[in-house]
Amino acid sequence: MSAFRQFPRHSRRSFLKGTGAAFAGLVLSPRFALAEEDKKLSFYNYDTYIGETTLDDFKKATGIEVKLDLFADGDELFTKLKAGNPGYDVIVPTSNVVERMVKANMIMALDHAKIPNMKNIDPAFLNPSFDPGRKYSLPYQWGTVGIGYRKSKVEGVPDSWKFLLDDEKYAGRVALLGDQEHTIGAALKYLGFSYNSTNIDELNKARDLLIKGKKIVKKYADDNGQDLLAQGEVDLTMEYNGDIAQVMAEDDDLAYVIPKEGSNVWEDTIAIPTGAPHPENAHAFINFIFDGEVGKGITETIHYATPNAAAKALMDEAYRNNAAIFPPADALAKCEYSAYLGEEAVKVRDGIWTAVQAA
Amino acid sequence: MEDWKTNRSVFWTLATPGTFWLVLFFLVPLAFLFVLSFSDKAIIDGQMSINDYDYFTGISNYLRSLNSDIISIFMRTIWWSFLATLACLLIAYPIAFGICFAPEKWRPLLLMLIVLPFWINLLIRTYALIAVLRTQGVINSALGFAGLGPFEILGTSFAVIFGLVYVYMPFMVLPLYATIERLDKSFLEASLDLGGTQFQTFRNITLPLTMPGIVTGVVLVFIPCLGTFLTSELLGGTSSWMIGNVIQNQFGPANDWPFGSALSLLLMYATFGVLALRSLLQRNSKGVDV
Repeated sequence: MSAFRQFPRHSRRSFLKGTGAAFAGLVLSPRFALAEEDKKLSFYNYDTYIGETTLDDFKKATGIEVKLDLFADGDELFTKLKAGNPGYDVIVPTSNVVERMVKANMIMALDHAKIPNMKNIDPAFLNPSFDPGRKYSLPYQWGTVGIGYRKSKVEGVPDSWKFLLDDEKYAGRVALLGDQEHTIGAALKYLGFSYNSTNIDELNKARDLLIKGKKIVKKYADDNGQDLLAQGEVDLTMEYNGDIAQVMAEDDDLAYVIPKEGSNVWEDTIAIPTGAPHPENAHAFINFIFDGEVGKGITETIHYATPNAAAKALMDEAYRNNAAIFPPADALAKCEYSAYLGEEAVKVRDGIWTAVQAA
Repeated sequence: MEDWKTNRSVFWTLATPGTFWLVLFFLVPLAFLFVLSFSDKAIIDGQMSINDYDYFTGISNYLRSLNSDIISIFMRTIWWSFLATLACLLIAYPIAFGICFAPEKWRPLLLMLIVLPFWINLLIRTYALIAVLRTQGVINSALGFAGLGPFEILGTSFAVIFGLVYVYMPFMVLPLYATIERLDKSFLEASLDLGGTQFQTFRNITLPLTMPGIVTGVVLVFIPCLGTFLTSELLGGTSSWMIGNVIQNQFGPANDWPFGSALSLLLMYATFGVLALRSLLQRNSKGVDV
């Protein structure tokens, strides 16, 4: 059976050797190495998560043609690259996914010297727990998980996870994210524990709360809670802030709040996967993204919070003061990043999630 | 017919593409699943590895399948598949009969109407069903005009079973049509002429003679129902996971391929059981073979 094990390891090592050699070549004669890469770049991203003209502008500026491929969530990204990089140069993994991928040698270290526009990044983002010193990833967009709700159907501001998990006041009008990370995380937070708890007693309490709370929940939504909310299927939904901000723009009756118990703050990063065929172009592209004007173009399309300070400075007041996009500092202080907790912990949480679904 | 032994080269030439296809795209992946199901994630430096496996470590993944949550999801899957198959049979039988006794020129058109939904992707049809079933959807709007409702249909087990019946109905109608069409109508006339009532004729003549079609239809509907994950995910509510959803979760978010492999193989063994039952029933049947 050893053949099974050796094959991927061997190929990964030779991958590294190959890219190592490429880097050595760059140090000695960058111009020669640049000439070696085709004017192509393969970009793997979420849908509607880049500026309308960003890719065309990049082609105009550098001659490099970007091929865009889409994934639905971080798990799809991870699963697709797990067996080896099928040819992507730039990817957009969330903070805990990037941590997992770094541990699995799936991400290439960045060469900061090739990304001078890093100076535009808000210094608050330069040393996160999931990637100390930003060796592997740079911040692309960030946001929070909270409660989107319909003002006319809800009394006051539902600023607690209670209304989604424990209180039957809005039973049958609630959607939760169908995602074990956030649903278990919110239950933990409501019980006063960490979003990233690996304590089995705390996790079991969260499981019991979720099972008991099933009569409140209408649907574990697959990241379409904002649609259910907009269509009137539910009146409260656990969702990402940007998704709610998008439907809020079309319906004044909708609002977003971060529960007072605290929640999740996430960061989507931009990184280069191991075995990327065009690492030079990838660095050029990442540098391009962090240009002020380019970042502004992206933000104007997708309405998420940008860590690009130069871009934020160019945006209008309405964006900079939007509380759904930039939450108040005290609310944000109670939010945690999702950490990668290790495969054992993933297994435990999956068991809990299966138990919730089975009940 | 020529014996393959006398023309070996011709035999091998013709057999190669099919064999190649079967081995490369079916048996090899299946063997990989089989090996993985007896394996575990490797422990490297005291930490469970993300991508590497220790092979042939034992049957721990099968033992994990005996977990009460997995068993209750398995039972739910079998129960819903049974209900969906039964509903398909009860609805499809009269439809198949109707098509068989329709004027000859209408039959191709009617059959085409049965197959027509297959021209549209399953995912899109399921999303269309969401629009039909949701609280402010087509059904509830119609009921609203009559002063009824709205009823919560979407997000219930009824919605999932409804979806399964809708999706797999053609697999029941077509084999039933095939047997009923070849049914010798003179048997029915003889039974009625000899004083049998309509019900006796159906029970003693029609039903036994069309049994092979029923068995084939049941197998063709029941087996894909067992493996469903899309319908239950999109139409179901908070207690709608079927075993397909658990398996999908193992290969996706949970990143636990060994456990997912064990569950897939268990599902395959259940399928073999159904097929074995089919051949047993078929052997004892006196009906028109399909």
